Amino acid sequence: MALLQVRNLCVRFPTAGGMLQAVDGVSFDLDEGEVFGVVGESGSGKSISMLAMMGLVPFPGIVTADRLTFDGQSLLGMSARQRRRLIGKDIAMIFQDPVTSLNPCFTVGFQIEETIRLHLGLDRKAARRRAIELLDQVGITAPESRLSAYPHQLSGGMSQRVMIAMAISCNPRLLIADEPTTALDVTIQAQILDLLLDLQRDRGMALILITHSMGVVAETAKRVLVMYAGQIMEEQPAAKLFAAPQHPYTEALLNALPERAMDGRLATIPGMVPGAYDRPKGCLFSPRCVYATDHSRNDQPALRDWEGGRVRCHYPLGDPQRLQNIAADTPIGVTETAS
Amino acid sequence: MFRFVLSRLGFLIPTFIGITLLTFIMIRLVPGDPIEAQAGERGISAARHEELRKAYGFDQPVIVQYGLYISRVLQGDLGRSFVTRNSVASEFFELFPATVELSLCAIIFAVVIGLPAGMIAAVRRNSIFDHGVMGISLTGYSMPIFWWGLLLILLFSVQLGWTPVSGRIDLLYYIEPVTGFLLIDSLLSGEEGAFGSAVSHLILPSIVLGTIPLAVIARMTRSAMLEVLGEDYIRTARAKGLSGMRVIALHAFRNALIPIVTVIGLQVGVLFTGAILTETIFSWPGVGKWLIEAIYRRDYPVLQGGVLLMGAVVMIVNLLVDLAYGIINPRIRHAR
Amino acid sequence: MTTEVLQTPPIAAGTTPAAAPPSDLAAFWHDFRRNTGAVIGLAIIVVVTGLAVFAPLIAPHHPDRTDSTAFLRPPVWQDGGSWSHLLGTDAIGRDLLSRLIWGAQLSLSIGVAVVVLSLVSGVLIGMAAGYFRGWIETAIMRAMDVILTLPSLLLAIVIVAILGPGLANAMIAVALVTLPHYVRLTRAAVIGELSKDYVTAARVGGSSNLRIMFKEVLPNCAAPLIVQASLGVSAAILDAAALGFLGLGAQPPASEWGTMLADAREFVLRAWWVVTFPGLMILITVLAFNLVGDGLRDALDPKLKR
Repeated sequence: MALLQVRNLCVRFPTAGGMLQAVDGVSFDLDEGEVFGVVGESGSGKSISMLAMMGLVPFPGIVTADRLTFDGQSLLGMSARQRRRLIGKDIAMIFQDPVTSLNPCFTVGFQIEETIRLHLGLDRKAARRRAIELLDQVGITAPESRLSAYPHQLSGGMSQRVMIAMAISCNPRLLIADEPTTALDVTIQAQILDLLLDLQRDRGMALILITHSMGVVAETAKRVLVMYAGQIMEEQPAAKLFAAPQHPYTEALLNALPERAMDGRLATIPGMVPGAYDRPKGCLFSPRCVYATDHSRNDQPALRDWEGGRVRCHYPLGDPQRLQNIAADTPIGVTETAS
Repeated sequence: MFRFVLSRLGFLIPTFIGITLLTFIMIRLVPGDPIEAQAGERGISAARHEELRKAYGFDQPVIVQYGLYISRVLQGDLGRSFVTRNSVASEFFELFPATVELSLCAIIFAVVIGLPAGMIAAVRRNSIFDHGVMGISLTGYSMPIFWWGLLLILLFSVQLGWTPVSGRIDLLYYIEPVTGFLLIDSLLSGEEGAFGSAVSHLILPSIVLGTIPLAVIARMTRSAMLEVLGEDYIRTARAKGLSGMRVIALHAFRNALIPIVTVIGLQVGVLFTGAILTETIFSWPGVGKWLIEAIYRRDYPVLQGGVLLMGAVVMIVNLLVDLAYGIINPRIRHAR
Repeated sequence: MTTEVLQTPPIAAGTTPAAAPPSDLAAFWHDFRRNTGAVIGLAIIVVVTGLAVFAPLIAPHHPDRTDSTAFLRPPVWQDGGSWSHLLGTDAIGRDLLSRLIWGAQLSLSIGVAVVVLSLVSGVLIGMAAGYFRGWIETAIMRAMDVILTLPSLLLAIVIVAILGPGLANAMIAVALVTLPHYVRLTRAAVIGELSKDYVTAARVGGSSNLRIMFKEVLPNCAAPLIVQASLGVSAAILDAAALGFLGLGAQPPASEWGTMLADAREFVLRAWWVVTFPGLMILITVLAFNLVGDGLRDALDPKLKR
């Protein structure tokens, strides 16, 4: 059975102008030891859906799901106390900005040891030994002396290493890394990513890597989930996704990669992710999609199984019938325009 | 940290000089001749007048007079009261413990109630409790405490007869001053009921004096907690599986404490302002009442010395608060 | 993480993003009106101002007229009260209600006059500090530090002691005590603004420094000054009343609320009304200005806007 099962996960925020649908019907499975990439622009709901699993959706968010299980236990059904026994131990998470994610008032040692003592019940001395071991594992030199350092004395890359040490301190079976390299210097990014992957391999833990960079996912993940405006647009094995994207949004994201830039110009996706008040009636991507028809503007496509993965489009790019279908849905006399 | 302390000290010295200038100029601006004022209604002969002028250095240029004043101040000589002929400094330090005792009780009252109220209000943001705390604290902040004191006397002393109207302790007791703090001295004296009497005399004045600090602390705690609760490291703490209580009381509160301590420290000035009024209402024999009476009696040396000493006390407390700030904020503690 | 979601523009459902942005004033009023407390405060201020302006018409009696047949008469709803003195009379038979109404006039004028005085002088001094820099700035800011270090009422008492008791002197004292807030705000704004490009541009364009100060810099620090001023009115009323209560402010028989309380102190055991009502007026008025001040701050401070 899959380690993590998610079915129809929704997160909504009540606002002055009505309900804001941050995550809309997300479903996926994750196996033990798998590296899973989640990509999408800012505001696509990828972070919020992970926070929902951790039970960390900020007030006043409302989380619902048909099924949300970790190792067969329902995360939504359990009490807060039961959930806290899992969170930080079996499921751990690291965040985008390591500098603000560490508490400035406590030493690095205290913050790591706190987790260890809480979940593993070690005494002060044993926790300290374990913390030193962990700092060593994440590549921090002179770990003994670093324990008494305060976060403001660390660089960004060092802080993220501390965050990783904290996250892996109780041997989690699932590590969620939410844009772990975005806030770091370019030179540090690769180091941190390599560290995460090394740890993942050595320990055999599952890793969900959230990122807005297609490039990062390409090198690391086995399977990739593409999210847009709270919905899953496409899910494919990584190699296949890059070779033959099925959703126009995925294609657009790939075209925006610098190494795929044509004529020395970077392709961009015009427009913005829809917000609470300008949610389209049909396909959420239709206002920005070059292939959109009246059909996609009026009827939201369902997420369907497609060629070994899933896709949410009326006209998947790999569909041999695609052009006919588009032509059939385009009224005669109207030339196709990019809207 | 050492450099931090030095910079705070470097800030204090000019301020202290400013206060001495103020008190020095103040006495010069007072209408009338100081020597005649001191002589009072008995009058004074012209020869004696001239003699005194020399003795006080009034015949010297102003700058020399200021130098003389500063050197006297630094030697602890703040002059003598026109009325009692006692040294101003010794009168101040005799009455000061009463003011400190009252102020400490007031600030404890304010912190003990204001801090948890502000924290709960922040955690239960927009709840009825939150709105209630904010409404009450704004009312407390707007309170004319001289009226508040009278109201409480009216209710608790006159209507209910629960608390005494004025003074520090019942006249039945004579307590030998040891520390100057009646709560301690009454316990030391071993007299039965003395401690209870001292406590009952302290309750209303402490509430009155603590009202505005309570309001300020509650509001500040709430806003500091709200800000901290939105920080990334709070999410990290929750992601570690810590209990909500530990996240709020340890991770959030430890950070919120930094601005809160500053605000509590700033209340010292507010407390002294309030002490003047509170002591007047409750006939509390402290330095506030002493200063007000000095004004009524035109006892200028007391006024001059009292203002200088109160200013010095506020400055010292501010320095201590800055040091405390350095201790609870690692970013300052470790700055080199 | 939340920010990702909350990035969506806060446009109310039904309005189109293309609609013209509302004017500054309209936007301000929209923000201000959402704050119930501030609106209540504003309503109270309007009522109290009405009382003050129309005091001669509203007050049933002359505030200083004594009624020798009615000393310490209780309010109308209590035994011994009468309809001619709704809130009772004081120790020498003056009508309490009339004195409170006239007191509104006095207290509001004190509040406004003090704020105008300290605002104008504070802005000028702050501008001088920010503009000249150097030793002038140091001297000014040190003086402000001294004022801030001393407990405000203590300093006000010292000033009154020098100048002699009385309403005008009390007002000067309170104005001086609140001066540093305006000086600091203005100085910080001037220093911040003078380094900006548009000021350089105005200079290059030949505008005089004085002109730049008033036409360019001042409007840019107007918002915090307005907030400070509205909070300053409440502080001024409170401090002036405290001085009155100590016998150092308005002198009897002035119907200033603090002075009335001082007169009433000795009757606290016998006549609760002479003590209760003046203080209640102070509390309500001060609270109203604080509510409005809070509302103004929330509406004018862009940092707090969602």
